[in-house]
Amino acid sequence: MTHFLFPAQLVQAIPQGADYIRILPELVLSAFGIVVMVLDPLVNEEKSQKLLGYIGLGGAVAGLLATWYMAQYPGLAFWNMVKADGFSVFFHVLVIGIAAVISLSSFEYMAVQRIRAGEYYALILFGAVGMCLMSSAVELVLIFIALEISSISTYILAGFRRNEASSSESSLKYFLLGSFATAFFLYGVALMFGATGSTNIDVISQKLQTGPVELLVYAAMALMFVGLGFKVAAAPFHVWTPDVYEGAPAPIVGFMSTAPKAAAFAVLLRVVFTINAPGRVGLLWVAAALSMTLGNVGALVQTNVKRLLAYSSIAHAGYLLMAFAVTSSDDSVSGISAAMFYTAAYAAMNVGAFAVVSHFANAGERYVSLEDYEGLGRSSPLLAAMLTIFLLSLIGIPMTAGFFAKFYVFSAAIKAHLIWLTLIGVVNSAVGAYYYLRIIVVMYMREARKEVPVAPIPLGLGVALAVSMVATLYLGILPNRVLQYAQQSAEELLPSSLQSLK
Amino acid sequence: MSTDNWSPYILTFVTFAPLLGALLLMVFPRRDRDIRIFALVFTLLTFLLSLHLPVHFHRSLAGFQYEIDRGWISTPNIHYHMGVDGISLWLVVLTTFLTPLCVLISWHSVHDRVKEFFILLLVMETALIGVFTSLDLFLFYFFWEATLIPMALLIGVFGHERKVYAAVKFFMYTMIASVFMLAAILWLYAHTGSFDFVLIRDQIARGGVPNFPAAAQWLFLGFFLAFAVKVPLFPFHTWLPDAHVEAPTAGSVLLAGVLLKMGTYGMLRFNVGLFPEQARRNAPWIMVLALIGIIYGALVAMVQPNMKKLIAYSSVSHLGFVVLGIFSFTQAGLNGAMFVMLAHGVSTGGLFMLAGILHERRHTYEISEFGGLASPMPIYAASYLFIVLASVGLPLLNGFIGEFLVLSGAFQAKPIYGVLAATGVIWSACYLLWMYQRVFFGQVTHDVNNSLHDLFAVEKAAVWPCAVAALVMGVAPILWLGAIDPATQAVLQPFAQVVGKVVGQ
Repeated sequence: MTHFLFPAQLVQAIPQGADYIRILPELVLSAFGIVVMVLDPLVNEEKSQKLLGYIGLGGAVAGLLATWYMAQYPGLAFWNMVKADGFSVFFHVLVIGIAAVISLSSFEYMAVQRIRAGEYYALILFGAVGMCLMSSAVELVLIFIALEISSISTYILAGFRRNEASSSESSLKYFLLGSFATAFFLYGVALMFGATGSTNIDVISQKLQTGPVELLVYAAMALMFVGLGFKVAAAPFHVWTPDVYEGAPAPIVGFMSTAPKAAAFAVLLRVVFTINAPGRVGLLWVAAALSMTLGNVGALVQTNVKRLLAYSSIAHAGYLLMAFAVTSSDDSVSGISAAMFYTAAYAAMNVGAFAVVSHFANAGERYVSLEDYEGLGRSSPLLAAMLTIFLLSLIGIPMTAGFFAKFYVFSAAIKAHLIWLTLIGVVNSAVGAYYYLRIIVVMYMREARKEVPVAPIPLGLGVALAVSMVATLYLGILPNRVLQYAQQSAEELLPSSLQSLK
Repeated sequence: MSTDNWSPYILTFVTFAPLLGALLLMVFPRRDRDIRIFALVFTLLTFLLSLHLPVHFHRSLAGFQYEIDRGWISTPNIHYHMGVDGISLWLVVLTTFLTPLCVLISWHSVHDRVKEFFILLLVMETALIGVFTSLDLFLFYFFWEATLIPMALLIGVFGHERKVYAAVKFFMYTMIASVFMLAAILWLYAHTGSFDFVLIRDQIARGGVPNFPAAAQWLFLGFFLAFAVKVPLFPFHTWLPDAHVEAPTAGSVLLAGVLLKMGTYGMLRFNVGLFPEQARRNAPWIMVLALIGIIYGALVAMVQPNMKKLIAYSSVSHLGFVVLGIFSFTQAGLNGAMFVMLAHGVSTGGLFMLAGILHERRHTYEISEFGGLASPMPIYAASYLFIVLASVGLPLLNGFIGEFLVLSGAFQAKPIYGVLAATGVIWSACYLLWMYQRVFFGQVTHDVNNSLHDLFAVEKAAVWPCAVAALVMGVAPILWLGAIDPATQAVLQPFAQVVGKVVGQ
């Protein structure tokens, strides 16, 4: 069957109830987003902060419930464009969870920065819609649309500190380069269509497995990788990251560095492994090695904590890409599940770290340089201890999520005989320890030279921190269930290509 | 409850008792005195608990005892597998023995952030014990890395002037080296499907690991690098003097007393245990490095103007003996290496405490600042002398037994090694006794030193157990060696075949 729709089929193919269930989380999130938008002009400014925030949070929670409902009805929907499977459920939960935690930690931030909440929470929800759709779409054009939905929301969110020039710069840079990158992706989709006559991933996969692989396919894959590589901040498409992260509001950086990345990795996983993309090893090997190295080296010399974490996120994209370089079908499951676990672990620790950073930052994000953190171990021991745990997790110290994340990725790479890449990875993770350690050193081992006021922890932030902390430790001590789930969904993702390989 | 019911859980209790203490301390009110007493009680309880191990240990058996093996994480296949043999048994006891002394020696010297200090100390103890009891490579790596953070914080927060530099250097050195071990562990897991030490060892011995011959040398080096930095073996030793000089006294005691032994223990357990053939092949250059360490460490110690640095370099020298003993692959050498580890832990731990006592009174470690201390502080001087003599290797004290055994092992391996290493014993007498003379004998050269207070009660309680242990170990070494001997024999067992293989080429 071709996937083109003729009128007769159109009539038959009126969406069923189950079709809507399979995009229920997206529908719920959109509905809540619209409610926020509609209410925004109706409530007065003081009330808007709290009220809209709670609606945004409620939307995210409802989205999680909808995801649970969706998980009961796995299958394809909307003419094979969307697939609800274990894989997409995993990323739905992850993305919506991140959105919820970010909304929580934004309550206080928005008040302190004196930013009118307005469409802020709606944009987070709309962004989440795009990201969720990215993880469940199995059709390249739909993936592109989803990518745009998520990107446009984050472009605006990056510029939300309207009064700051750096925030506008961040937004504009992100927008210009980002639209470039998505254009590359679209180009890749077009070429893929030219080469295989289809934009459906499963159809493409079958075509490539049975027929000869044209040169055009390689070009298509490369272009698509450029687009997605930009989104995940993988070298050499990473240059935007530090500037954008520095200017954007701190909670939004926590959002941008985890949720859209997770979604882009989801797309990459689906595309790369379902299509069993030809010639990917070299490409991903280089991108992984470059990202790790450039990210870590860049981070070594940073004095602004947000920039430092930006470089660190480049490095983490590199570790994650290692999992993509595995080729043989046996290793694929371990590669995919390692990558999935990594996105979850990275989300937990990075969202937590940015929650602390955004609390410290204070009005106008005045306190974000390394020296502002001096003596924080003494002046606010609880926050410092939490940040320390998140940073230790980013280093990859045992008992934290970051350790198992790296561990699975490295062992997947070793299993696939990528010894050199693994060595580059482990050396990098040791080098990376230095700059995370610098923050800890500054907090605990230096005396404060100036007065940095730290407000007490408000409830919303406290809950956000607690959630990230529990997730970080849970994934670090009992990673079993999450990993097993990831493995199951990885197997679901693979079978068609596996069978044709064997 | 009978001991049989106990025995699988005793290691868990011993390992995590200090951690429990640390968790309780976290919710403890900030009353410094009570915190100190609480920490002391907890560490003493841990010590008493750990005495269960040697008391009920079957000394004639070579294998692991008190084993517990439970699944922890199914993918990857990680087990909570713990156990001790004659090698790790005593290192556990050494750790639990030294920690209460660390609490005592910090009684007066730590007044700022007391709670945090003792929490770190207790967490550190759990991590150290865990390193010695883990039989799952993953668990081992886990505890290995876990020792880094409390130690780095102890140095960096509670240390002296250049503490931050020393802490970061310590952290980075050991972190970078240990990732190579992680890579090697991952390789082993990928090719055996297990992290279990015993399983992997047997599988390697059977030749059942695919691609092993090609990778073995790299795996050996991966493990070795991590351990060599920790020991520290020349030329990886440069972090040690910095870390020691800047660390608070309790940190130095644990660093020298136990942390360095993690390296030598790792060599013995993993490098020699898993890769006997590669260990044999690489032994020549490793022994040369050990010899350089012995002599170089001693010579550098001789010219140190700083007492703590001197003791730190003496550690480099003494740990050289341990490595030499291990890679001599003789029964005497291995037993000696084990014994030096324990003896060095006790006597160097004691020396660091004594140095710390002086620092607390004068806030300096410079040897030239002292002189003639024997008259204002007679008890201190006598205790110091006792420990110095133990460290020098006076017969009937603990240093002698171990060094003697190592030297005889080295002679059996190659006479020239024995000859060169024996000079190390002489050097150690030179630098330690010379230092002792400059600090304690003659007239009091600085007036302030006249009014120095002799040992306080807590300080006596901290130092004298070391002296007693040194004496008992020197008089009745068989108490220790009885359990060590079967374990080292088991380590040497595969070497009968290996020697034929290597020499036959």
